[in-house]
Amino acid sequence: MSYGETEAVRGIDLEVERGEVFAFLGPNGAGKTTTVEILEGYRRRTEGEVSVLGEDPERAGREWRERIGIVLQSGRLDPYLTVRESLDLYAGYFRSPRPTDEVISLVGLEGKADERASRLSGGQQRRLDVGMALVGDPELLFLDEPTTGFDPSARRQAWDVIAGLRDLGKTVFLTTHYMDEAQRLADRVTIIAAGRIVARGTPEHLGQRDSGETTIRYRADGREIAVQTTDPVKALHELTGAALAKGEELEGLEVTRPSLEDVYLELTAAAEENAK
Amino acid sequence: MNGLALVGHQFRYDQKAFWRNPAAVFFTVMFPVIVFLILAVVFNGEEVEVRGGVEATTYYVPAIMSLAIISATMQTLAMTLVIAREDGRLKRGRGTPMPPWVFIAGRIGNSIVVALMMLVLLAAIGAALYGVSVPWGRLPAILLTLVIGAASFCCLGIALTALIPSQDAAAAIVNALLLPLYFLSGVFIPEDQLPNGVITFADLFPVRHFFDAFFDAYVPAGGAAVSWDNLAVVALWGVAGLLLAIKFFRWTPRSG
Repeated sequence: MSYGETEAVRGIDLEVERGEVFAFLGPNGAGKTTTVEILEGYRRRTEGEVSVLGEDPERAGREWRERIGIVLQSGRLDPYLTVRESLDLYAGYFRSPRPTDEVISLVGLEGKADERASRLSGGQQRRLDVGMALVGDPELLFLDEPTTGFDPSARRQAWDVIAGLRDLGKTVFLTTHYMDEAQRLADRVTIIAAGRIVARGTPEHLGQRDSGETTIRYRADGREIAVQTTDPVKALHELTGAALAKGEELEGLEVTRPSLEDVYLELTAAAEENAK
Repeated sequence: MNGLALVGHQFRYDQKAFWRNPAAVFFTVMFPVIVFLILAVVFNGEEVEVRGGVEATTYYVPAIMSLAIISATMQTLAMTLVIAREDGRLKRGRGTPMPPWVFIAGRIGNSIVVALMMLVLLAAIGAALYGVSVPWGRLPAILLTLVIGAASFCCLGIALTALIPSQDAAAAIVNALLLPLYFLSGVFIPEDQLPNGVITFADLFPVRHFFDAFFDAYVPAGGAAVSWDNLAVVALWGVAGLLLAIKFFRWTPRSG
């Protein structure tokens, strides 16, 4: 899959289950938007097979579009239409739309229904954007970096909306470059870097985080000591046993496993290094 | 909704958005009225040596109507479509089941309705303030000329979006093309006061031919009400615009 002169993504192999929130995680420029635009039917691929809801997005028509909803990475709204008008306009495009009032409360804009889009905050505009993708009552929803540039409270509200979609039984394909967003929302995460997939799994198991090396840190004789081990129970037992026998303290004792952030940074840095 | 009902649906919201957009309303509705009033005040009482001589105020009614129709169609479409494209609104619409032609048809409908309103408004102002009689008998010719012109300039406006890279460039490019043509075509300055050769040059472009056709339709002093040769040139420009629009119009933002 490439465009222009540069091959943007290669060998992407994804499978998304019905009803799950799937996070496609990667740094800026990793190829997330290229991939999602191929899935949405906006972009042609040079090679490979794609099936979304049983159809090839390049050839899919109106019927297929009735079943999907798309929130673009940077889509602004008609500044002169109100929240309700924007949603009503889109409702007309679909055969069996979800009632506008329901959509308004799904995205938490009850108090703003008659406000023009230009008068909404950035977070509220984004939620209206999500609402416009929900009007058609889609089975599958694409969200491309839905919270980029948000303040913490706007992010929290957007997350609540997305978490609510899972409860409605929607399949959500979420692209993001925030690890905490993937961790918080996704059933499964796939990490992409430099156009290639570098890891996949549930947020808990990603990159063998739960079976990887554990680090034990403490201070002895004023020095920082860090022990890496794959068997932390044994290592800790020996360490604390020896300290107790000698009647010593283990100052600043700390046992840590790599965070998702560590795994993510390590994987993406390695992939980008290889790509150079 | 079937296709036609969907066009009507789209048109309703395009109308709402148009009338709430102060820039669109100013340039499309207010600007032609202001220009007409200024020109009428300045040239009132003078005679323009065309078609055996007409009052300047009579001359300016079809002149500014031509400008208003081009503004409601070509200018409005080029500007609002570029803004919607760069906002990602066209792209978002393409992600829905709405057929793309419905969207374009709604916008063209919006432009033609505004053009018709401007026809009525300028005819009323011309008649009320300067006694420029409304040629009711020529109404079929006027409407035919308006529809051919409006459709052609809509196509040109849609084609023009391909040359406009960003929202900021839209007004500059559209005005840089149209304002000189209005001057050269005798829309602002009566054509008998333009140096020889200017009209010949302006005849290379559709603005002049549309104004000529509209003048013939509106002012009984001319001969036949329908100026087929001028309309044919305008329509050819329109078809060229349509072909270019089909080939080069894009739904996705160019920048960012």
